[in-house]
Amino acid sequence: MKPFITSARVLLFFTLLCGVACPLLITAVAQAGFARQANGSLVVVDGKARGSELIGQQFDKPEYFWGRLSATTPPYNAAASSGSNLGPTNPALLEEIAGRVKALRDADPANNQPVPTDLATSSASGLDPHISVAAAEYQVARVARARHLSEDQVRAVVKESSSTRQLGVLGEPVVNVLRLNLALDRLNATSKKN
Amino acid sequence: MLFDWLHVALYLVVLLLCVRPLGAFMAKVLEGEKTFLSPALGWIERFAYRVGGVKSDEEMDWKKYAVNVVAFSAVSSIVVYALQRLQHLLPLNPAGLGAVSPDSALNTASSFATNTNWQGYGGESTMSYLTQMLTLTVQNFVSAAVGIAVVAALIRGLRAREASSIGNFWVDVTRSTLYILVPLSILFSLVFVAQGVPQTFNGYEKVTTLQGAEETIALGPVASQIAIKQLGTNGGGFFNVNSAHPFENPTPLTNFLSCLAILLVPAALCHTFGVMVGQKKQGYAVLAAMLLLFVACLAPTVMAEQSGNPAFATHNLTTNANWEGKEARFGIGDSALWAVATTAASNGSVNSMHDSYTPVGGLFPMVMMQLGEVVFGGVGSGLYGMLVFAIVAVFIAGLMVGRTPEYLGKKIEAFEMKMASLVILIPCATVLVCTAISLVWPSADKPGVSEGVKAMANPGPHGFSELLYAYSSMGNNNGSAFAGFSANVPFHNILGAVAMWVSRYWLMVPVLAIAGSLARKRTVPTGPGTLPTHTPLFVVLLCSVVVIVGALTFIPALGLGPIVEHLQLTK
Repeated sequence: MKPFITSARVLLFFTLLCGVACPLLITAVAQAGFARQANGSLVVVDGKARGSELIGQQFDKPEYFWGRLSATTPPYNAAASSGSNLGPTNPALLEEIAGRVKALRDADPANNQPVPTDLATSSASGLDPHISVAAAEYQVARVARARHLSEDQVRAVVKESSSTRQLGVLGEPVVNVLRLNLALDRLNATSKKN
Repeated sequence: MLFDWLHVALYLVVLLLCVRPLGAFMAKVLEGEKTFLSPALGWIERFAYRVGGVKSDEEMDWKKYAVNVVAFSAVSSIVVYALQRLQHLLPLNPAGLGAVSPDSALNTASSFATNTNWQGYGGESTMSYLTQMLTLTVQNFVSAAVGIAVVAALIRGLRAREASSIGNFWVDVTRSTLYILVPLSILFSLVFVAQGVPQTFNGYEKVTTLQGAEETIALGPVASQIAIKQLGTNGGGFFNVNSAHPFENPTPLTNFLSCLAILLVPAALCHTFGVMVGQKKQGYAVLAAMLLLFVACLAPTVMAEQSGNPAFATHNLTTNANWEGKEARFGIGDSALWAVATTAASNGSVNSMHDSYTPVGGLFPMVMMQLGEVVFGGVGSGLYGMLVFAIVAVFIAGLMVGRTPEYLGKKIEAFEMKMASLVILIPCATVLVCTAISLVWPSADKPGVSEGVKAMANPGPHGFSELLYAYSSMGNNNGSAFAGFSANVPFHNILGAVAMWVSRYWLMVPVLAIAGSLARKRTVPTGPGTLPTHTPLFVVLLCSVVVIVGALTFIPALGLGPIVEHLQLTK
């Protein structure tokens, strides 16, 4: 019996140390030093939270840049992340890609460039906030037309919302879709005022 | 493409630079010596022994050590189970989640106590903050510490001379947690928070999206859980999609550090081993073997994902690169590196969906697990697994030249070989037998369809790959999945729970038995007929034994899954 009693007592100690003290310590430091990040990097516009900079949103209107495909239900459900888990030989995968390519073409029939692969496939989380630089460039003409802006104006905003490889080697150069679309909304709002 | 290889090279260099300092530090911790952290943390250690009623100077023989290992894990499982079943009555449940179902709770209890962290459930929709912190996070620490303790015991057995003691389990667990895992995880957590990982006890956030939809964003004390899930080779994420979730892994830098954390402790333990047996070269030889197997599996995985899916070509896309189930910020290379690292170590966290990998890209992660989780492997468990393979390797070499095999001056005899065979064969048998049972066990609700087939999400051979991957993962305490597989049903929850228990404790007990038996032996001096175990020749021999055992066991099964799927895809 003794090993079990010792086990329970030692586990009690570790629950206090690793389950209570450590998370509380980390929370205290995080909230004091990095409050914005620790609370989900929320994007606040006019006092209202419109999303998180790190969590993608569903965009399917022509005036917005579209993100990756999302396999959550409904798409971009930030309370239940999920990938598509479609295997490489699954016919549903090719149907999904064909449907996406068609939607992109329908929204911009004049554009017959190849579709960037990341724009036609589902992300792992279903919440991917980013697209590749090529995927943004592919959509510039459509968005510019829908917003009555010049392509160069839109391209300038894309550039502002992109990030390069971290530390020069890590990851991929990407564009944050939510930040991009917010900036475009702001640009439209100010040009209307003028 | 070039950046993918640069990233891999940078990763390996940084990892190897950490091996010596961390390995030497861990040796001090396991030897009971004072470290630079002792002035700050020594009082907590003494407090732990008081709360636990532990006599820290007591020496244990292998039987006593093993009894304590099993008792501690049993108590852990019971607590994890109970808290999940009662979470709806307990505080810190802002999302109002209900009790977890009995079979899912059983599976999760087994999964976290065995350092597997197979997750049949989706974190943000199942587990309250309290459950995540008090049970899952705690097990992330202590199950890893148990692994370190057992390998420390084996190392003591290898170097002891005609002794019976192999150390004190409670001291090993306490010191490993307090001096190694806790400081590292606090350090990593804070870097993660600075990069954007949430750490809050507030409820889920409600927002109105730009297109006007109402949306709930799941939050929580994420950073404190995910640092240790990487460092302790646990892998159990806060959210359903694990480290692919932008809150668990927001930037390429967090991705690099998380991936580093996967192999950090297992790699450094090789040096700890070398230091503790007083022959650093022995540790480097084991590390070299692991590294060789790792790179051999990594390269083809990266290439397979880069060249991608030939079926994409019909849709006028820019490349065939396999972006399905990968995050834009990581890209192909960082995802493939993670997939191999997480299965080489028995970590099992994912930053991309393995189910959507190309057949070859998915084959190698599966093989990494099937090799018995000895290529780095779990914290502690990887090294003791590899040391058992080393014992088998000297035995085979001994047979070839007709001499009694020795490892580090200890004669390897019938008892050690019996125990080593158990350690190697039990996970193999568990994987294949559980896969086979699933394929024939009739499902309750669909006549003519077995439980295994019912759970498959993809048609054709890929469906079989999902099933084989699931039991390769649970049967080797990894925890990653081809996640389309619907494992959260009573049949797979219960069978999986058994598989995880068997392949953890039926390995630990024979390992401790080997430790006890070796400890009692004399050390024989090296002679001209001794096979040196720190040379490149031995590294190759060791790798060959690992590969041959794995290949003989699993090639037929792999032929039915990824191999035939690859042929379909490229026909």
